[in-house]
Amino acid sequence: MPSDRSDATVVVGQSRAGLAGWSPQSRQLVPLLAGAVLVFGVIPALGNDYWFNAILIPFFVLSLAALGLNVLTGYAGQASLGSGAVMSVGAFASYNFLLRLPMLPLPIALLLGGATAAVVGVLFGLPSLRVKGFYLLASTLGAQFFVEWLFNGYGWFSNNSSSGSISAPRLEIFGTDLSSPVHRYLLTAVTVAVLTVMTVNLVLSQTGRTWTAIRDMDTAAAIIGVPVARTKLLAFAVSSFILGIAGALWVFAYLGTADAHSFDIDRSFQILFMIIIGGLGSVMGSFVGAAFILLFPIFLDRVAVGIFGGTVDTGLLQNLHDIVFGALIIYLLTREPRGLAAYLTKLSDRLRRGRPAR
Amino acid sequence: MDFFVETLVGGLLAGVMYSLVAIGFVLIYKASRVFNFAQGSMLLFAALAFVTLTEHGVPFWLAGAIALLLMILTAVLVERVVLRPLTGRSDLTLFMATLGLSYVIAGVAQAAMGTDVHALDLGIPDVPINVGPIQVSEFDLAAAGISGILVIGLSLLFTRTRIGISLRAVADNQLAAQSVGIRLDWIWRIVWSVAGFVGLVAGLLWGAREGVQFSLSLVVLKALPVLIIGGFTSIPGAVLGGLIVGASESLAELYLGPLIGGGLSAWFAYVLALIFLLVRPAGLFGEREIERV
Repeated sequence: MPSDRSDATVVVGQSRAGLAGWSPQSRQLVPLLAGAVLVFGVIPALGNDYWFNAILIPFFVLSLAALGLNVLTGYAGQASLGSGAVMSVGAFASYNFLLRLPMLPLPIALLLGGATAAVVGVLFGLPSLRVKGFYLLASTLGAQFFVEWLFNGYGWFSNNSSSGSISAPRLEIFGTDLSSPVHRYLLTAVTVAVLTVMTVNLVLSQTGRTWTAIRDMDTAAAIIGVPVARTKLLAFAVSSFILGIAGALWVFAYLGTADAHSFDIDRSFQILFMIIIGGLGSVMGSFVGAAFILLFPIFLDRVAVGIFGGTVDTGLLQNLHDIVFGALIIYLLTREPRGLAAYLTKLSDRLRRGRPAR
Repeated sequence: MDFFVETLVGGLLAGVMYSLVAIGFVLIYKASRVFNFAQGSMLLFAALAFVTLTEHGVPFWLAGAIALLLMILTAVLVERVVLRPLTGRSDLTLFMATLGLSYVIAGVAQAAMGTDVHALDLGIPDVPINVGPIQVSEFDLAAAGISGILVIGLSLLFTRTRIGISLRAVADNQLAAQSVGIRLDWIWRIVWSVAGFVGLVAGLLWGAREGVQFSLSLVVLKALPVLIIGGFTSIPGAVLGGLIVGASESLAELYLGPLIGGGLSAWFAYVLALIFLLVRPAGLFGEREIERV
């Protein structure tokens, strides 16, 4: 297969020297295990409903969405403003699978929702075979508007509910009820963990290398034998699969009830901002970016209340938020183009170097 | 048949308004390879400044001049804070920077001048008048006339003045233009100022029609398909693209709307643009890029 040769062109990941005495595997394993204990052991035991509902669930779902877009934009270099639409396809599809096939277990419905989103995503991705850059961006925007119109205009998708909205079905796996906040949190966290591991493996594989080859220069990638069309469409499929599941979780685990407007163009922009700020082409960046975008407005509110004592006008606060936010994007792009994740890595490397050698 | 012609003409005239927004994009894209998402916010900023000033009793022309000055100031700041530090970075990075810029400009404009909806009266009545057998809005005709003058003015600027010729040189080949002594920073400032002026005109016309409010900044989304059809680098393309989008949108809403449900105009232009893309990937008048490895 010609594509076997592309691995010489791009180097993904970097080896880190240091920490003598630890084998590379165990050095990666320790933080991973610590993270798993934190996410699945400590947080469910200590968290309260506010944290689950307002912070942790949206954080994990948005991280997943950011991860999905990062596969497409950060790794494969195909810009998209249609992520909101793809999420809504996943949400509406999972909803309809559960509604119309009541025997279907929840995980299967989520998978099928993701698969439907992947098919739609590939359709959206077809223009990428002819055009790129801004032309592609604009065509994904068209998809965004079309899907929103479709779900709003045709009642079948929302089971003819008068408001055009869908609500979470009975959440249960094998008879266990999942409707409490901590269970919804665990459902989200497990899904995100599984998909993240899958994504990490994928971007480190042959497939991931062909994606980065196309991102860096698709003409060159084609010359060294990367099947450009197939690889691009695969990126659209994987990205949309992840986004679709994120969309379903957004409704099922977080919002409870949602319509197509929950996935409008602002959502697409929000997810794009997450990966710009967090770091394009970085799995960790998706999480850092999601945390930042989610927590920054909350933080700013607190600061404003602290300074002005609750008298500040919400409209003005929104504008101040926009200004700081926009300025931050520009600042980050000029100073640290690889995003907050790269910045954090630099910071931790510096701390580690400062530490005496063991 | 008269009804068809009337819809067509109405659509064409609405398309002129799209073209007006698209021209601002084309100017900036040609000179600095930036797809300026902030064009909508600039348009909002200009219109909001103008309407706030006139509401405080500032005469029409003075308010226009001050709004234009604000646009020039914005251009100078953008060159210094955004374009210069990002010189040589990828197109996508620059685009994302303009996303941030659009938040900043809209935020500043609304923080300074409020989020209320302002009515704007340019003294052109928006009433239908009879032209032969069909009825056309007087406002639309005036808007078309103003756009026509603007396009002629811009093409004179590009072909007859020293600035315009250096501008075309930069659009053609940045490096070569620099090597013959054209100052890139000045070109950028001038182009962004001219785009700001176009934004002011577009903002006033759109604002007079829909009220000056935040949603004005969303006209960028209407201009995108126009740009795809016409090509990102051609002013005549932007005009023609606007006309095509305007006309087909009205006709689609009239004939296709009843069949598949209304509200088509949210996406119809994009589907149309996509069809154009499949046939002509660089738009009607865009430059086809040749890639070298």
